[in-house]
Amino acid sequence: MLKKGDISSVELTQAVLNHIDDTDAKIHSFVTVTKEVALKQAHSADKRIKVGKATPLTGIPTAIKDNMCTSGTHTTCSSRMLENFVPPYNATVVEKLKQQGMVMVGKTNLDEFAMGSSTENSAFGVTNNPWDYTRVPGGSSGGSTAAVAADQAIYALGSDTGGSIRQPAGFCSVVGLKPTYGRVSRFGLVAFGSSLDQIGPITKDVTDAALVLNTIAGHDPNDSTSINAPVPDYTKALTGDIKGLRIGIPREYFVDAMQKGVKTAIEAAIKKLEQLGAIVERDVSLSLTDYALATYYLIAPAEASANLARYDGTKYGHRTTDAATMWDAMEKTREEGFGPEVKRRIMIGTYALSAGYYNAYYKKAQSLRRLIWEEFNQAFSKYDALVTPTSPTVPFKIGEKTDDPMQMYLSDICTLPINIAGIPGLSVPSGFVDGLPVGLQILGRSFDEKTILRIGHAYEQATDWHTVKPLLKQ
Amino acid sequence: MKLSRKQVIHIATLARIKLTKEEITKFSEQLSDILGNFDEMLQKIDTNVDPLILNELSGVWREDISKPSYAQDQILANAPQVEDGCFKVKAVLE
Repeated sequence: MLKKGDISSVELTQAVLNHIDDTDAKIHSFVTVTKEVALKQAHSADKRIKVGKATPLTGIPTAIKDNMCTSGTHTTCSSRMLENFVPPYNATVVEKLKQQGMVMVGKTNLDEFAMGSSTENSAFGVTNNPWDYTRVPGGSSGGSTAAVAADQAIYALGSDTGGSIRQPAGFCSVVGLKPTYGRVSRFGLVAFGSSLDQIGPITKDVTDAALVLNTIAGHDPNDSTSINAPVPDYTKALTGDIKGLRIGIPREYFVDAMQKGVKTAIEAAIKKLEQLGAIVERDVSLSLTDYALATYYLIAPAEASANLARYDGTKYGHRTTDAATMWDAMEKTREEGFGPEVKRRIMIGTYALSAGYYNAYYKKAQSLRRLIWEEFNQAFSKYDALVTPTSPTVPFKIGEKTDDPMQMYLSDICTLPINIAGIPGLSVPSGFVDGLPVGLQILGRSFDEKTILRIGHAYEQATDWHTVKPLLKQ
Repeated sequence: MKLSRKQVIHIATLARIKLTKEEITKFSEQLSDILGNFDEMLQKIDTNVDPLILNELSGVWREDISKPSYAQDQILANAPQVEDGCFKVKAVLE
């Protein structure tokens, strides 16, 4: 549309910025709206389009989760600790999008330091789900998913450590992809759980997700955990044909706490996959699924406790004004700068790594991790993909789970195992229960994003969930 | 598995966070609950396999060649306190 000159990037960007002005008081997707930067980038994009040098992402307004470094623009991680932090460099994924002529309309809200499942842990206030302002958008990439759902950006970037792209994508009825660990560079992503974190696209449909993945994927010498393998054209995988693909449905993901309406929607989606010609086998068992929660909530906080040790008030970030000695300053800085969930996770992680407990907790979790990974590998020798609900429930009410951390952790039960094994996971819209979104999760072999995108795309084209928009009541 | 106040204070010291009295009480309860849940789960399974290294990546090296870095003012731009082109901090040595 931009290439044909129907509308310029500046016009599109201005329209999006106006829409953000009209809607964000109610939704609060954004920590920072970057009006001037966006319009400047849009002007450049239009010049580029005019001389025929546009690519699919040129001139397209996007929102970036506020835990990815954007040079010259505040990057807060929705934390008081980094409230005034302006990075001097771009994350690799941001740099790659810039090279394609992206237009960045703003930085989106998240659970503080990406720790949470509802965006309620943001130090700057929760984001309201565009489908029902009294409910959470999910987390931790709730700002990004709300922005795409509410047309405040054409696409967004999120990050996923235990489900933080997929779960909020499910809650906001948008597409969310967590690539295989190592597929996308983590350089410039503020580290939370370094063996679990991945950046991924949040989009209105699967085709857009493939387009964004084409751009952000690839080896990066600045990230030694990124793999050195070519990036295929993921859009070529979107053939619309899934006949003969073998899909397994693991029973352990249909937990007792699963809401009846969600179960109905997921079962209808599975039937649709069968109608499309996939060979579906129900009642597959991944018996180690129940251990993923403990495995994740020992490994992730342990890694977080190491990654967040850098926030000491020395070189950047918050520093207390109320301390006499070095240790006092450091301890008070961290007490003031971190919110309760971040402190909780640092404490769990510190404990799991401490002398006397390392073997019982951290080492055991790392061993469990290999067993979970092997179990997935065995499943993928029989199936091309596994399909599950993205979440056992529809978006819950704001405040509903904030008193009980365990309850909040359980809302990620369908997404956690995927990060532990490092495999890719896609969430696509699959219906509504009383107007509240349900997400379908598609899991694939490591580095086989092509297959899960193909399945997601075929399902999407055979339904019209992706065309339904929230009302955005005033 | 119950974490005592003393244990919580010990962990907080390791993590260099100055918790309030209320936080120590609250975290003592919450961490006991969370870790207790995990204890139950972990006890059910006995394992001694090697930890998982994703993508079997290890020993990823680069050439030992120096490259240009950032300008001094860029690095100091976010500093809480600067003096003479240095980060100013509380005395490290007494």
